[in-house]
Amino acid sequence: MNRIQTNRIKDKAFQYFGVFCTFFGLAMLAVFVLDVLRKGIHRIDWDFISNLPSRFPEKAGIFTALMGTCWILILTAIIAIPIGVAAGIYLEEYGKRNRFAAILEINITNLAGIPSIIYGLLGLEIFVRIAGLGQSVLAGALTLSLLVLPIIIVSTRESIRAVPRSLREASLALGASKWQTIWNQVLPAGGGGILTGVILALSRAVGEAAPLIVVGALAYVPFAPSTPLDEFSVLPIQIYNWVSRPQQGFVTNSAAAIIILLIVTFLMNGIAIYFRSRWQKKVKW
Amino acid sequence: MNKIILAVVITTLAACGGSKEEKTPESGTESLSGNISIDGSSTVYPISEAVAEEFRKEAPSVKVTVGLSGTGGGFKKFSRGEIDINDASRTIKEEEMALCKEHNIDYIELEVGYDGLVVVVHPQNNWVNEITVAELKKIWEPEAQGKIKYWNQIRPEWPKEEIHLYGAGVESGTYDYFTEAIVGKSHSSRGDYTGSEDDNVLVQGVSGDKNSLGFFGLAYFEENKAKLKAVAVDDQNDANGKGGILPSVETVLNKSYAPLSRPLFIYVNSKAVQRPEVIRFVDFYLASAPELTKAVGFVPLRPEEYKAQQDKFAQYHSSKK
Repeated sequence: MNRIQTNRIKDKAFQYFGVFCTFFGLAMLAVFVLDVLRKGIHRIDWDFISNLPSRFPEKAGIFTALMGTCWILILTAIIAIPIGVAAGIYLEEYGKRNRFAAILEINITNLAGIPSIIYGLLGLEIFVRIAGLGQSVLAGALTLSLLVLPIIIVSTRESIRAVPRSLREASLALGASKWQTIWNQVLPAGGGGILTGVILALSRAVGEAAPLIVVGALAYVPFAPSTPLDEFSVLPIQIYNWVSRPQQGFVTNSAAAIIILLIVTFLMNGIAIYFRSRWQKKVKW
Repeated sequence: MNKIILAVVITTLAACGGSKEEKTPESGTESLSGNISIDGSSTVYPISEAVAEEFRKEAPSVKVTVGLSGTGGGFKKFSRGEIDINDASRTIKEEEMALCKEHNIDYIELEVGYDGLVVVVHPQNNWVNEITVAELKKIWEPEAQGKIKYWNQIRPEWPKEEIHLYGAGVESGTYDYFTEAIVGKSHSSRGDYTGSEDDNVLVQGVSGDKNSLGFFGLAYFEENKAKLKAVAVDDQNDANGKGGILPSVETVLNKSYAPLSRPLFIYVNSKAVQRPEVIRFVDFYLASAPELTKAVGFVPLRPEEYKAQQDKFAQYHSSKK
């Protein structure tokens, strides 16, 4: 066997290894989704979605938790997207490449790796106590905004860095100011990537329970929040609460709530993909 | 803004509600409003949830919320006056008392029910039927780590099979209680066991492992009886029942299942008991606890014990007026 043949074998082996890795992840996901569907799908009906929490598993519903999740999602998006995208633009377009920038960059990347419960403790001290927001949806959303900011910043930077330099130069050559260039050329061109980052960030926020428990999200709330200062519950906390209850009925409920949470996430991803593909059609270089 | 409105509503209610309440305690509930915030133990959570759910029918405009940040986490908020009632699966610790004092928080402790901790083995385990507290201590104490590995090290007639341990995670009040009762020192045990805060995980572990021994709440045993075998516990004190005693509603209630039955508490803030809706809620809690603790899988106190708690509370809130 000569060297070319061994290399071909190695090549094939790596290819199969790659296929295996891809399907391994997907298979695990499929097993999990099927298991949850089998356990919980029969439990989902309108009552389950519209009922308040209850001690009877068959009467308990997720209405307040679902509403809380929607509030958290919207508020987190409103707070985190502008700040994150703006920070990303500053770092990439305006910030100077010096030591300070390097330290800033390392710290932002590090922030993305901090366990979420630490953000919960931070949020409890700053937003709940010092800022006096109490155990409110707003305090929860601010905490989760901190949690997802690094993801948005990093993805914004990556996607505007991928915008060709020639595009910026052409815009500047035509007399556009720096801001006009960013707003009219760079952001639309990088929009798809930014949107992907935003969706990843919000999907993460929707699935968090630990930091919100610390901040003071509750498990039994008999009303949906009507202002950002109301108390709230979210789906992951309801799931966490139900899955550890002794009665089998609650475990079924938690499977059903997981399905709803998955649907919320899939819907969000779907909307984002739709907008991204429309966006990309518009951008012509 | 919301808070200010709330505070105004509460103070006006507290100012004018008190005397009305005394004259017509039953019909007065309709007009009650305000917020009651409860947090604390996830063990006690199902009881508070059930009471809050029933109270909604009693006083629809009172908003009761219940959280589950754990007994310790709840006491942290309680000691800062951030919540009205704390659910607790153990009594308050000295340092928590000190914190309350520091923030000028006075409180009353009320027992609302009992929980039994069950020592369980795999159903095919035919050698263990009863175990003494001393033997449990030998298994669980910190010195046993890495040493007590086989069943026959505990009792020579038991087989030379490995023993696999399952128990509550170190963050839970259940762990504190078990170690206090068995090892003699709270929060101290061997570390080489499978721990989980989720008792359902422990049920799975014990029921799938022939050489297992574990402990968790009575409600989890009752729901999974077919997959588990409870072990009778002998505290070698004949005053509260001779020999090994199996956990059940009766033995927990008559206190013969010692030392592994524990009381569950609620702690009520003294400022909160000046509000009529809180008084009404706590009264309702104690009045409905006999039925509701049972419904969610715990053991109620005896009627005279509930009466004692009610009297204690009545005395407390009238002294705070």
